[in-house]
Amino acid sequence: MNDRYEMVVGLEVHVQLKTRTKAFCGCSTDFGAPPNVNTCPVCLALPGALPVLNEKAVELAARAALGLGCKIDPISVFARKNYFYPDLPKGYQISQFDQPLATGGHIGIGKTEDGKDVQIGITRLHMEEDAGKSIHDRYPGATAIDLNRAGVPLIEIVSEPDLRSATDAAAYLRTLKQILQYLDVSDVSMEEGSLRVDANISIRPFGQTKLGTKTEVKNMNSFSAVERALDAEYERQSKLLESGGSVQQQTLLWDAAHETVRPSRSKEGSHDYRYFPEPDLRPLLLDKKWIDDAQANLPELPDARKKRFVEDYAISLAESEQLTATPSLANYYEGVARASKDGKSAYNWVMGEVLAALRSGDGDISLFAVRPADLAQLLNLVRDGTVSHTAAKRVFAMMVETGKPAAQIAADEGLSQVGDESALTTWVEEVLEEHPEEAKRYLSGEKKLQGVLVGFVMKKSRGRADPKRVNQLLSARGG
Amino acid sequence: MTIENYASLSAAQISASVRAGQMTPSSLVNASFDRADEIGAGRDGLNIFLYSDRDACCEEAELVSGRLEKATDVGVLAGVPIAIKDNIASLGLPTSCGSKILKGYVSPFESTAVTRLRANGAIIVAKTNMDEFAMGSSTENSAYGPTRNPHDVRLVPGGSSGGSAAAVAAGITPIALGSETGGSVRQPAAFCGVVGVKPTYGRVSRYGLVAFASSLDQIGVVGRTVDDAAIGLETIAGFDKMDSTSSDADVPLYRLAALGKPAPAAREPDTEAMRIARTPVPLPPPPSETTLKGVVIGKPREYFPESLDANIRDLCDRALDKMRWMGATVRDVSLPRSPLAIPVYYIIAPAEASSNLARFDGVRYGLRVDPGKGLRPMYDATRSEGFGPEVTRRVLLGTYVLSAGYYDAYYKKAQAVRTLIADDFRSVFASGVHTIFTPTTPTPAFAVGAISDPYEMYLNDIFTVTANLAGVPAMSVPIGRVRRLPVGGQIITPHFDEYSMFRVGYALEAALGADAHR
Repeated sequence: MNDRYEMVVGLEVHVQLKTRTKAFCGCSTDFGAPPNVNTCPVCLALPGALPVLNEKAVELAARAALGLGCKIDPISVFARKNYFYPDLPKGYQISQFDQPLATGGHIGIGKTEDGKDVQIGITRLHMEEDAGKSIHDRYPGATAIDLNRAGVPLIEIVSEPDLRSATDAAAYLRTLKQILQYLDVSDVSMEEGSLRVDANISIRPFGQTKLGTKTEVKNMNSFSAVERALDAEYERQSKLLESGGSVQQQTLLWDAAHETVRPSRSKEGSHDYRYFPEPDLRPLLLDKKWIDDAQANLPELPDARKKRFVEDYAISLAESEQLTATPSLANYYEGVARASKDGKSAYNWVMGEVLAALRSGDGDISLFAVRPADLAQLLNLVRDGTVSHTAAKRVFAMMVETGKPAAQIAADEGLSQVGDESALTTWVEEVLEEHPEEAKRYLSGEKKLQGVLVGFVMKKSRGRADPKRVNQLLSARGG
Repeated sequence: MTIENYASLSAAQISASVRAGQMTPSSLVNASFDRADEIGAGRDGLNIFLYSDRDACCEEAELVSGRLEKATDVGVLAGVPIAIKDNIASLGLPTSCGSKILKGYVSPFESTAVTRLRANGAIIVAKTNMDEFAMGSSTENSAYGPTRNPHDVRLVPGGSSGGSAAAVAAGITPIALGSETGGSVRQPAAFCGVVGVKPTYGRVSRYGLVAFASSLDQIGVVGRTVDDAAIGLETIAGFDKMDSTSSDADVPLYRLAALGKPAPAAREPDTEAMRIARTPVPLPPPPSETTLKGVVIGKPREYFPESLDANIRDLCDRALDKMRWMGATVRDVSLPRSPLAIPVYYIIAPAEASSNLARFDGVRYGLRVDPGKGLRPMYDATRSEGFGPEVTRRVLLGTYVLSAGYYDAYYKKAQAVRTLIADDFRSVFASGVHTIFTPTTPTPAFAVGAISDPYEMYLNDIFTVTANLAGVPAMSVPIGRVRRLPVGGQIITPHFDEYSMFRVGYALEAALGADAHR
């Protein structure tokens, strides 16, 4: 960014709700089915078919709205957004227009350099249905239509133009994604299309309050693409203004291959959607009790959880932030920390061994072979001295491999820590014999060699020796 | 009561005979088709049907016979031939909506109304001709040629459910389903001298009714008599989870209204009420000075303008006199916003239609005309060729009134006035009036081709369209003839009070007797 123009960005995020069936019919929302299999008279828009609202979709949309701090309107109205396109079977999309489900939310995306919270306003959150998919590149000279996605429930989350940089925009998206994950309302995967982002961007000289002419940028398939697209569009608009030109309101597409934006061929700007209230659906009425219950049943959100972990498990805020990045990681950690009653060790293990093991496996912690209670058991064995730190790592590796409990592995493999005096004494004597040079120097007062000798004993015992006792024995021998 | 006088049998009589083993479903199907042949219902005659298949119906009749052998109760419409307007989806028969764009289209699912008829033993014999997508008042807007009025082939049967009204008037079926958006059942019923009912909005599921204007559309029933209409509506009414705008209000046994008794609270099997409901004829007691005792009938001045055909006014007065004689009180009332109904209707209905008809785009089903120049030219060619002039006019009108900058001035304003029109009905009913009585139409049937000005045609619905805008139930019953042509009187009652509407209908029909048809 240059020092002349301020970037002003608002984001429109479409999120696919995690329902089993579509928004207005009973068809499956499964991703990846053969084309047009998940369709019925309603989502094919056959003559005479009528929409029936999916209650689960309302529940998830309301949860999302409340989780983002929005106010739910007890009366919201579905509206028809009319336009012709082959993947829009009815010739209109059922959406919400002047009476959306919820308005007026906000999310925090961190702090400014001088320590102030950065809050991004959410203008509105409304429900709508997805269109189908047009496939232009499969059959030469023809377009194929797949209507499996037609009618899948979405929410559209519109932010205020509060974002001031591409970095902010990415932070907003990461936070939004994290909150929606915690709320368990969506898979929020840009790759699978369950989260899509359009950006409105304008620039203005620093200090000016009036907004500049905005453009809409579409076709970004990752958060970093959003960042790069915004920076590219900022540069384009800056150059236009610098050279005395002006920004035209238009829709642009991000071209990832060329790292540039280019005008959309479709005449988006000229669309008149002729919105009017959807007469096939009654207004959506949500009474106060229903809304209050939904509010009361909201899961704990990332911020609250982060703070609570610091309190409950005696870890630092930075550590807690790492652990609460995703609800599944946080859940896993909390399971270990609770059962082991040792938040710090749980942190070390989860962020260390567990994540390392996950990275070499399939990566989904909620399906990880070592369950939190199993890991906690291992931690307990370490704490009560049954298994040494060194042995614990081997036990863990075998737990990942076999799924057996820690205690059983430690016993079967002879990895339980040995505190027995005679065994330890034998190992100590043997080490002194096998390393006469070091023994001689140590016994003649070179105390710093004690660590080396303990290491030899640990190695000889394959990690089973209790290092504390070995130290005591050596000290006694050294007199 | 024999099959020889099929054309004069009521649905209840037919069903009772079938259940008693005195008539077979096949003989009734054949009687219906024979009657159609005899009267010249075919393409080059009255042009009542868009589709009918005697062999398929005979097979269906055999299925009903099979059910009769096994089950103790097949339903109140066992073996009754019924015709269905071509915009109501029916398995096995095409649903073309009188349009070229859906020529030969067979719906893979069935409307709830038709499924309920079939579940009660009815046999669907035909799909009836109609104004394309129900847009019209004469059935001249069908892509398959106009239907003719059985009373005089030079005249229109009314519309848009002209084929259904003509089928019943011609004695082909005792009951037919039609659909209403602004009077499309009552007006043709009046023109054809039969009974036409538009129930309360939400009373009958719209699932499977091809949408014209969703906030106004309602499936209605044409019957030869009030009893036929009552038994038909009783069968198809009630909540349907497939239609979010359908009501879960209880559906009383409308036929009990013939006895002038109050509506029973709920349908309980094995009660006297249920037994009466199943008798062949509900045999109302002969009309007397007490038949309508305590009933207050409102006569709204806006529906009896100076310009009203004097003969129609006289027939309405005669009907009102009969009702007074039966103990009813007639009170002059006012529905002051009713004169605004036609302009309001011709904003709201086309607006919704422009959106509802967007799905006919040549992509998934129906006609596709592809000049091979890409998407837009395909849309243009398909819709230009598939839709007739009236449909095109209304889609354009509706698109215009919804467009940016015009929405508030037209659609929003029209919705506000619509609320006022409904308020007028509410306040009249709140003032102690039970029923409103008006002429159904300002004139009797007119000649085919006589009206070419669209606005003049729209005025045909001037007395009927208010009930659609307000959502209240209304029915047309024959009240006599002008120049040998049938005239209908309209009975309107509060939301979901079809029972009272039928009560007055039964009484008026009985009191007029043969005068209703002369």
